[in-house]
Amino acid sequence: MKLLFLIKRNCKIYFKDKALFFSSLIAPLVLFFLFVAFLGDVYRDSLTSVLPEGTELSSRLIEGFAGGWLMSSLIAVCSVSIAFTANMVMVQDRVTKRFSDFAVAPVSRSQLALGYYLSTALVTLFVCGVALAAGFIYLAIVGWYLTVSDFFFTLLDTLLLVLFGTALSSLVCKFIKSEGGISAVEVIVSAAYGFLCGAYMPISSLAKGIADALLFLPGTYGTSLLHEHFMGGAIDRIGEDMPAEIVEKIRDGFDCTLTVFGNSVPEWACFLILALTVVVLVAVFVLLHVVKIKRKIK
Amino acid sequence: MNAIEIERLKKYYHEVKAVDDISFTVRRGEFFAFLGVNGAGKSTTISILCGMQKRDGGSVKIDGLELDDHADAVKRKLGVVFQNSVLDMPLSVADNLKYRASLYGITGASYKKRLQELTELFGLKEILRRPVGKLSGGQKRRVDIARALVHEPEILILDEPTTGLDPQTRRSVWEIVNGLRKEREMTVFLTTHYMEEAADADRVVILDGGKILANATPLELKNRYTGDYVTFYRTREEAVAALGLPYKRIGEGLRVEVKDTAAATELVLAHPELFGDYEITKGKMDDVFLNVTGKQIGEEV
Repeated sequence: MKLLFLIKRNCKIYFKDKALFFSSLIAPLVLFFLFVAFLGDVYRDSLTSVLPEGTELSSRLIEGFAGGWLMSSLIAVCSVSIAFTANMVMVQDRVTKRFSDFAVAPVSRSQLALGYYLSTALVTLFVCGVALAAGFIYLAIVGWYLTVSDFFFTLLDTLLLVLFGTALSSLVCKFIKSEGGISAVEVIVSAAYGFLCGAYMPISSLAKGIADALLFLPGTYGTSLLHEHFMGGAIDRIGEDMPAEIVEKIRDGFDCTLTVFGNSVPEWACFLILALTVVVLVAVFVLLHVVKIKRKIK
Repeated sequence: MNAIEIERLKKYYHEVKAVDDISFTVRRGEFFAFLGVNGAGKSTTISILCGMQKRDGGSVKIDGLELDDHADAVKRKLGVVFQNSVLDMPLSVADNLKYRASLYGITGASYKKRLQELTELFGLKEILRRPVGKLSGGQKRRVDIARALVHEPEILILDEPTTGLDPQTRRSVWEIVNGLRKEREMTVFLTTHYMEEAADADRVVILDGGKILANATPLELKNRYTGDYVTFYRTREEAVAALGLPYKRIGEGLRVEVKDTAAATELVLAHPELFGDYEITKGKMDDVFLNVTGKQIGEEV
């Protein structure tokens, strides 16, 4: 019950802070326009470059494919960057010494930590949910190739990535001691995370050493799941009249399947890696919260 | 019965003895003032008392309960008003009270009943739905105190509650606190920089360098650490100077310092011709503090 009220309190503070709330809503919008305005052609050209010469694809299919990449990348980045913004409540509580106030109330430190984690996850899920809904509308307009199962998998992927992004940002924000600090980290994360998780550029297009290193980051597997579920339908349609190796080349080239040490990573493994990472990060976050406050209390 | 019992309390930060073997008690229903310059050990003592910091030695009992063994029960007995407001500024007054109450398991009908009581007690009706960030300093302080009392604690700890507030707001804060003491016989534990606030306490402890230098009622402290003052008005300065006692001009009067009230009485009897227009006053708590610690309050260490 206390946990529920802590979650409600944190969420309400976030949504009542209009500047904070609107800035988080604007973030996916800015990314969307950046993708559409500057990167759309890059993805279209990348696709046509791997197709056999003379292949004719309908513009709707190309747009559906590029839109799928756009949406999967956007959700992958937002699930982490929005979580950083949403963690502002925790940072503000630390800066304004509300942790001391909580310490004089009969509430456990683990409840407090979970309260921050779950409320941040809910806020991030809400904003990503809005972006996802807008994205589905966009895809329906430019070219919808998602199957029913793909549709539901994108929801599951988003949920998992939000839980991952929230856990990662919560852990980082645990060490941030000022509101300016979180803004700075958020800017860096927004800029860098898209490259690190394969959202801005396919990992397969990077130098081998970098690509191999990025495969050790769990977020990459979440992005790959999103790529597959947003673009899989369009790729299958493209591949209807083409040899299987071309389809495989497109899937590999756009990170729909990841290859680690020469082996393709199956979908279930991507889910497992992401889920286990969430569990480990949340456990460390809660533990750090308890230990850090205890150390302060000592 | 004692509301707070502190015995041989110690807290060291490496070589710094923040709290150095102090003992004192606060009786139930007492208004207790804790005085000291910054760094004297007041906040550390309060932090230990509230379970926010661990001690290096000694024992703390709240209402007969050992702090270590009954941390949750002790927390329910304490209401704390911090120097800086810890209210959630974007939230309404009602939300601030609701979320705080929920941490003590006060929800639903019992919360509504408590909200009603607090609204009447603190006159919150008009501001209940307003965001705290839009309230005046005095209104925020009222809400701070209401929030600290939401779970009906037996002991109210006020950590420099009026620092930075204007005189009118300070007065209104004290009206509320005094009202609570009268109506509910609440134990109030105060740390303050304002000596006149400590002058109204039942008992005052003066702390310096982590040690207790004085522990008595304000009257006992004044009698022990300051003299009395006889102020003459419309009296010739030569006549006052002829008394051979230290004096100085204060506004329109001449203030003579005497050892104690008995000395003042002797002066009246010995020189009745001087006592046309006069007043006899005790020393102030500022003088007590200065004489006990050798420091002015507000002076940094």
